Amino acid sequence: MIVELGHLALVISLGFAALIAVFGLVGAQRNQVGLMNATSTLVSGQFVFIALSFGVLTYAFLIDDFSVAYVANNSNTLLPWQYKFSAVWGAHEGSFLLWILIMAGWSLAVAVKGRDLPQAFQARVLGVMGILNVGFLAFLLFTSNPFERLVPMTPAEGADLNPLLQDFGLIVHPPMLYMGYVGFSVAFAFAVAALLSGRLDAAWARWSRPWANVAWAFLTLGIALGSWWAYYELGWGGWWFWDPVENASFMPWLAGTALIHSLAVSEKRGTFKSWTLLLAITTFSLSLLGAFIVRSGVLTSVHAFAVDPTRGLFILIFLAMVVGSSLTLYALRTATISAKASYTLASREAFLLLNNILLIISMAFVLLGTLYPLAYELATDGAKISVGVPYFNAGFVPIMLFLAAALGVAPVLNWKRTPASRLIGNLGWVAGLSVVLGVGLPLVLADAVGWQVLVTLVLAFWILGSHAADFVRRARKGSLPVAYLGMQIAHLGFAVTLIGVAITSVLSVERDLRMAPGESTEVGSVSVRFVGVARVSGPNYLADQGEFVMVESGRRYTLRPEKRSYLARQSVMTEAAIDPGLFRDVYISLGEPLEAGAWAVRVQVKPFVRWIWLGGLLMAFGGVLAVMDSRYRRLKVRQARTTAAVAAEGT
Amino acid sequence: MNPKRRTRLIIVLFLLVGAGVSVTLVLLALNENINMFYPPEAVVAGEAPVGAQIRAGGMVLEDSVARDPESLAVSFVLTDYVDSEFTVRYSGILPDLFREGQGIIVQGAIDADGVFQASQVLAKHDENYMPPELADMSPGHQKQPNPLNYDR
Repeated sequence: MIVELGHLALVISLGFAALIAVFGLVGAQRNQVGLMNATSTLVSGQFVFIALSFGVLTYAFLIDDFSVAYVANNSNTLLPWQYKFSAVWGAHEGSFLLWILIMAGWSLAVAVKGRDLPQAFQARVLGVMGILNVGFLAFLLFTSNPFERLVPMTPAEGADLNPLLQDFGLIVHPPMLYMGYVGFSVAFAFAVAALLSGRLDAAWARWSRPWANVAWAFLTLGIALGSWWAYYELGWGGWWFWDPVENASFMPWLAGTALIHSLAVSEKRGTFKSWTLLLAITTFSLSLLGAFIVRSGVLTSVHAFAVDPTRGLFILIFLAMVVGSSLTLYALRTATISAKASYTLASREAFLLLNNILLIISMAFVLLGTLYPLAYELATDGAKISVGVPYFNAGFVPIMLFLAAALGVAPVLNWKRTPASRLIGNLGWVAGLSVVLGVGLPLVLADAVGWQVLVTLVLAFWILGSHAADFVRRARKGSLPVAYLGMQIAHLGFAVTLIGVAITSVLSVERDLRMAPGESTEVGSVSVRFVGVARVSGPNYLADQGEFVMVESGRRYTLRPEKRSYLARQSVMTEAAIDPGLFRDVYISLGEPLEAGAWAVRVQVKPFVRWIWLGGLLMAFGGVLAVMDSRYRRLKVRQARTTAAVAAEGT
Repeated sequence: MNPKRRTRLIIVLFLLVGAGVSVTLVLLALNENINMFYPPEAVVAGEAPVGAQIRAGGMVLEDSVARDPESLAVSFVLTDYVDSEFTVRYSGILPDLFREGQGIIVQGAIDADGVFQASQVLAKHDENYMPPELADMSPGHQKQPNPLNYDR
């Protein structure tokens, strides 16, 4: 009964979404205050009903209601409660319900936080988000209903959640990622609303900037969490695989990074306006492309597409409609935009443009590599290929290094033009110092490091040096706005990730060994002794737990990797044991048992691997900090005053 | 030419050269890093090139997995359960879902003796998952070996 309530709540919220779309857009077009006021109220209603529906599904998981097909397929009575909770978004249907919940949440945020916006503009934004939610809800209800019943053949026991997903990472990673994906729908809706209203001044850029930044910060966090989860949970120490699923989240991130930079120019200089609009549309379209296509399985194979033709078809039509209509609107409206841009090559505008070009090229590069197997299969009538990791590295790495080189110049640049003397005066010594440090430090502290590491370190010091110098300069003048600090921290994060990626990729040591109990070996500077394997049991699995005594520069510690066998699915999983550290991780995983008590063992020493995610955290933090800037609050106060003044005049 | 136009020209030239170079590099990179996929039938028939990096796949034949007692070297036979099978040699840790009767993909090259020297053995982490290249061979998850079906 309660389950049917959840289903009903979804149907009702579909009605709400449709009303929001109509009231918001019509109300704004005809300037009817009543309709527009109703839109905001409807948004609250929509959120309540979707939250209710989400709550019902969660409840069904917590009480093991296996009459619900989705619960039966993804849970089990033995599943620990926190994983029952996160299993709600552990597979297709539920994760899409989470997506919709987050979409409703962002709409609510716009309804509440966007009160300072002109009402017609806010109503349009909500209306556009309403249209999107109609599409999402229809998709969920008609092709992926999470409340479908298994009656009368209710199983006594559930099939259990995929063991890989029984982990803290799955509790936090999808919500963060979706907050980012869906958050870009706000920037998209702002862009479409601006196009609809025809008011394409710098104001909308200022309005949408905080939203784009926050969405970007969430996506950054989501991707970093995903990478960290893959690292420790997949069991073999990889942190990025250029897998289609990863690329799907990475492409909107690249476009979104371009967007938040381009928005800065649009807000501050009033230029790049049509480009920024296009980026807002592109970023969300890539979110849709990514999330939908991954969910439908189109990317893994053309044939997976045929497995569920309705889902795939729905997705394609929806994507085509969203992209097609927004681009048509864009083409119709932006022809009238004229911008008097005058800036030289040595200006902040030019370098932000370069930033955008590089990010979009890298995005296109990843897109090509991701979709190429699909195109190839279609074009050659079924010949199958895969695009190797070297392809992605070959193109992506140089672009990012180029980006890093340009980023080092950024803090010194003025808008419009920068005198050569200022460039040389401020950057000359930074360039010298970064070469000395970047080459010198590794030569003093380590043995052979490889030229790739040297190049990356020089560039990282280049970024750090020029930013630090600019920070000191500004601090002396006493002008350190919060937005500026946000930029500093985010750029610092980029440098940190760069260092982590380069050092981990080049200097990691990995050994696959055959070890019998009592045997010892040396891996890098770590000595490893295999004590033996013991049988242990968890709540819903049995495991062989290895015991390894490690000695590393005088420090002694024990690592206990496991080979788990989950009962419900009879599936085997590798649970690595990690000794984490800021400058290196020691990582052990058990392969398969061999004869006479010996095991296949993988031992890895991964220097600076944590820096990859630390940099991600810094980037996300910087992105959020930038939004806290007082100038966005000033805007509110000013508008509140204007509204008050208008109201006073009216009486 | 006035300074404004000259700046524009420089930018346009810069973009053109940049675009040309990148497109060339991208196509080269794509060309070098595509791994064609071959089913057992094609490997046995000699359609798969010798020495080139390729992917091949099939079902792990029952009782064909042989471990070297001294090292991590292993060999096994991949079959399509019709009439084609070939031997794979690999050294290292096999994935968790590597089992006899399971569909897997190997990446590597065929040596002069017709043995597939694998650098990577892939089996995804979900037992319901079928590597896309093998999807044609058997529909969905299967514990029992089925005769493979090449019809599309």
